[in-house]
Amino acid sequence: MSRTDTVTRADVTDVADLTDLTPGDRHGRAYWAVADCWNVVRRGLTHYQRRPVMIAWQLGFPIISVLLYGYVFGGAMKSPDGGSVRDFLMPGMFAMTMAFGFMNTAIAVVTDASKGVIDRFRSMPMAPSAVVTGRGVNDLIIACSELAILAATAFAMGWRTDTGIVASLAAFGLLLLLRFCLIWVGILLGLLVPNAEAAGGLYVVAFPLTMISSVFVPPSTMPDWLGTIAAWNPISSTAAAARELFGNPVASDGSWIQEHSLLMAVVWPIAVTAVFAPLAVRRFQRLSR
Amino acid sequence: MDGYAVVAEGLEKRYGDKHALAGFDLAVQQGSVHGLLGPNGAGKTTAVRVLATLLRFDGGRARVAGVDVRCEPRQVRRRIGLTGQYAAVDEVLTGRQNLEMFGRLFHLGGRRAVRRATELLEQFDLVGAGDKGVGTYSGGMRRRLDLAASMILAPDVLFLDEPTTGLDPRSRGEVWEAVRRLVAGGTTVLLTTQYLEEADRLASRITVIDQGRAIADDTPDGLKDRVGGDRIEVVARDAADLPAVAKAVARVADTDPTTDALERRVHAPVTDRVAALTDVARTLQEERIGVEDIGLRRPSLDDVFLRLTGHGTQTTEEAA
Ligand SMILES: Nc1ncnc2c1ncn2[C@@H]1O[C@H](COP(=O)(O)OP(=O)(O)O)[C@@H](O)[C@H]1O
Ligand SMILES: [Mg+2]
Repeated sequence: MSRTDTVTRADVTDVADLTDLTPGDRHGRAYWAVADCWNVVRRGLTHYQRRPVMIAWQLGFPIISVLLYGYVFGGAMKSPDGGSVRDFLMPGMFAMTMAFGFMNTAIAVVTDASKGVIDRFRSMPMAPSAVVTGRGVNDLIIACSELAILAATAFAMGWRTDTGIVASLAAFGLLLLLRFCLIWVGILLGLLVPNAEAAGGLYVVAFPLTMISSVFVPPSTMPDWLGTIAAWNPISSTAAAARELFGNPVASDGSWIQEHSLLMAVVWPIAVTAVFAPLAVRRFQRLSR
Repeated sequence: MDGYAVVAEGLEKRYGDKHALAGFDLAVQQGSVHGLLGPNGAGKTTAVRVLATLLRFDGGRARVAGVDVRCEPRQVRRRIGLTGQYAAVDEVLTGRQNLEMFGRLFHLGGRRAVRRATELLEQFDLVGAGDKGVGTYSGGMRRRLDLAASMILAPDVLFLDEPTTGLDPRSRGEVWEAVRRLVAGGTTVLLTTQYLEEADRLASRITVIDQGRAIADDTPDGLKDRVGGDRIEVVARDAADLPAVAKAVARVADTDPTTDALERRVHAPVTDRVAALTDVARTLQEERIGVEDIGLRRPSLDDVFLRLTGHGTQTTEEAA
């Protein structure tokens, strides 16, 4: 291989056949912000098509949780207000699955960041916002399918709602709202941790955060100080609001926070988004510092 | 600034009080391969990231493909390709899916993105692997896919940040071949490397960078002349044979050989490396002179640094 054995462009590809590469400039910025976002989403969804195992893993955990807690604890634990324990547990499982979703966001982001894919995106003439919005939309689509499969599993186990379709949809909406606000947390963490292994370590933090909540048992059954923390946990508000909307046992102890779960299931995610979305966006912009 | 695809003047980039770039100058001729040569931590990646609009800079000016980097980053992005230190491709998707995805994100539209992906798979010799997951690719294939993705818009300027670091020799050859083809197609390439040999093989001009500053800018030959070029080296078994060894080496050397009696070593610069080696080996064998070692030594980045700065490459800190 000497420096003289160069090839001409004609050898590489037939010049006449080359695709015209002038970019499509007919559209404005807003159009491309949406189009680029969709193309990033398409990429994420193709992952699931290429690796169905990924879906199995991501859905396997919540399904196994539902089965495990439903059957193993379902018999032993008594619902505080006499209702079915399974009916109490299921909305909690849904909320827990939404809460753990931030891990998937964080891992996806740190994988792209550490492999240089985010830098490639940033060096391209695409809308920079699409890197973030594409991730978010992708994760919300996945969250919807997670909820659908979980609800079907729960239904097969005897979980029922008795409040009608509108209230049930509202419950799912609140669950998605929780997932939405945690996307920002996931993006921020994904940009902060050095690699995917470190992101995996976040489970150590995430697990107690979901345990100390009303997901599994009512806070009133915990020691006072712990119960207060659990009651004020945003996941508890979403779980309780979902229970209420599904017409499942709520097990409120009458405290302000537990009596206002519907309100707080909206307020908490908005507050989390208000704090973490700007932090995540700032962190993303700081990649160019 | 006609005729230059990349021009940087006095670029400054500070991290705290550390100067990653300290008045960095660069001029890359249109249609050439330009080597940016320096040890770990010299500022190569920082320079490339600034020029590729990934990193804001604190001072100086830069134009890429005739566009000001600071004022019109979006226009710059339309005219450049970037291949970073790691192959930035999606591991889960196939090679073809990667190129199509990036093509759509380059705003080619669906149909043209598909056509372009096919063209690039052919051009980079990846047709057979195109529909396999990138996770199964070898390092060299991944790099070529990475290059293909940077070439989707057939950019005017391509930045390659250490494209062969960590590759085995065969993959390295594949990447070099791909780079040569790109230049034949008219793309200007700025290539960073820690290997003098790589810069020598690919680049028509080399800028040596040290501690964020360009300390030399020359042709590969000019640079090697300053350092001394290739040398032949013979270590005699017996110090008594040194004069005979020196005579054998003198027949092929460009200048008088240097004899290092303490290490029983004779060395001299040569031009025709292989002929010189064969000739000396044959002479020594015919005259039955015992030899402990015989070989050719190419000047390394270390030699360049020693000559240009008076210190080796070790003194520069490790990279981020
Ligand atoms: N994000 C950063 N924060 C602090 N220092 C950095 C950062 N990036 C690079 N540096 C420093 O800048 C210098 C140049 O780094 P770099 O451009 O990566 O060198 P090279 O690519 O030549 O190995 C190094 O000393 C490195 O430690
Ligand atoms: Mg580097």
